[in-house]
Amino acid sequence: MVKKYQATEEQLAYAGILDIGMKIGMLALIITFFIYVFGIFTPHIPVGDLPKYWSMPVKEYLKATDIHPGWTWLGHLGKGDFLNFLGIAFLSGVTMICYISIIPIFFRKKDTVYGFLAIIEVLVLVLAASGILRGGGH
Amino acid sequence: MSRKQLARVVLGMTFMIILVGAAAALATTEQAAAVPAAANSSLPWWAWPAILFVVTFVLGIVAVLGGVGGGVLFVPIIGGFFPFHLDFVRGAGLLVALAGALAAGPGLLKKGMADLRLALPVALIASSCAIVGAMIGLALPTKVVQTALGATILGIVAIMLMAKKSEYPEVKQADNLSTSLRISGIYHEVSTGQDINWKIHRTPQGLATFILIGVMAGMFGLGAGWANVPVLNLMMGAPLKVSVATSKFLLSITDTSAAWIYINNGAVLPMMVVPSIIGIMLGSIVGVRILTRTKPAAIRYMVIGLLSFAGLRALLKGLEIWN
Repeated sequence: MVKKYQATEEQLAYAGILDIGMKIGMLALIITFFIYVFGIFTPHIPVGDLPKYWSMPVKEYLKATDIHPGWTWLGHLGKGDFLNFLGIAFLSGVTMICYISIIPIFFRKKDTVYGFLAIIEVLVLVLAASGILRGGGH
Repeated sequence: MSRKQLARVVLGMTFMIILVGAAAALATTEQAAAVPAAANSSLPWWAWPAILFVVTFVLGIVAVLGGVGGGVLFVPIIGGFFPFHLDFVRGAGLLVALAGALAAGPGLLKKGMADLRLALPVALIASSCAIVGAMIGLALPTKVVQTALGATILGIVAIMLMAKKSEYPEVKQADNLSTSLRISGIYHEVSTGQDINWKIHRTPQGLATFILIGVMAGMFGLGAGWANVPVLNLMMGAPLKVSVATSKFLLSITDTSAAWIYINNGAVLPMMVVPSIIGIMLGSIVGVRILTRTKPAAIRYMVIGLLSFAGLRALLKGLEIWN
């Protein structure tokens, strides 16, 4: 049995990056929301119109607001509401960065199984983030 | 609560109130010319994000005191009593659970409470299945998801009432899979000063259970701590503290994959997500500080009561009995 009186090297590396990434993501989330709410950048949907849309199913909402899902928000960062997705996407991407950082440690320690597990996890997260997978309509 | 932490909470709450207030003032003219308010609500647009912030702040406190994740309270309560569509509530619920898990993760990993070797294989299964769950949830009719959500919440209540916990489960012999993956460890129990040796068993059964947990997490936008902990602790035999910490860390991976599906399908509204995340995180800070002065059992029964009501509401809403 492996004795672990303290966290392993890969665990500490993962924790370090997660800590920094989470703080950056939260800061980005708050700053971009500040910009949105104060109307520094005009939003795609005026805030006063939001109640018209937030009770709609997502498919109807996208159609009514002429928003194209996926990564198209990247092309509209000048709009206050889309700008918020910078922080949201960063927070949702931190885990991927953490995994990528520990892959070399596993292989250096000849822990091949966990190295491959980490690679497959990165691929799963990349697939989820890619926008290829869509959830049908209702 | 220390002065520093109190100041942090007050500062955060003031910040949110100023934000929403300023936005309300800025939008008044625009709103007068545009749309009045939600068709089913007489409140101005900014009232709902403001109420959402206050409610999630309270949920953050209750979640910590009741020993449950924020996501499991967020989805049924916000979905049942707010005007937001369930699609957006589930998207926000995942991001709320994700933010909480990301915030807790570094500390749990550094202290050696959450175990990366235990989490990695489990996370791979749960996160892959959460993608499938999210896609199913977004494809199914809302009524079906609402009804299934209500039934699931009532199931969670039953688990909370019946499931026992084992501080240090007896694992006579580690199974072959966990032995070959070297999933075992020692953690230092501060309260007793002991080093606790642990290993796990029934790994294949446990991993198979995470297929279902992942699907449900993605489908309903719930964090999955309510299911992770009993499986890690009772089925696989990990000590309770390791199970709780690893479960919290696991959510940061499972919810990431499902959250991307909701983001890429347009089911994320920043006006809902950001007040919810800030509200629940500030509430958690307050909750942790008052945890020592409360009676956990009483709070737990309050959470069970709250979840029962919200679950029943979701079920009846889905069945169109109580709209």
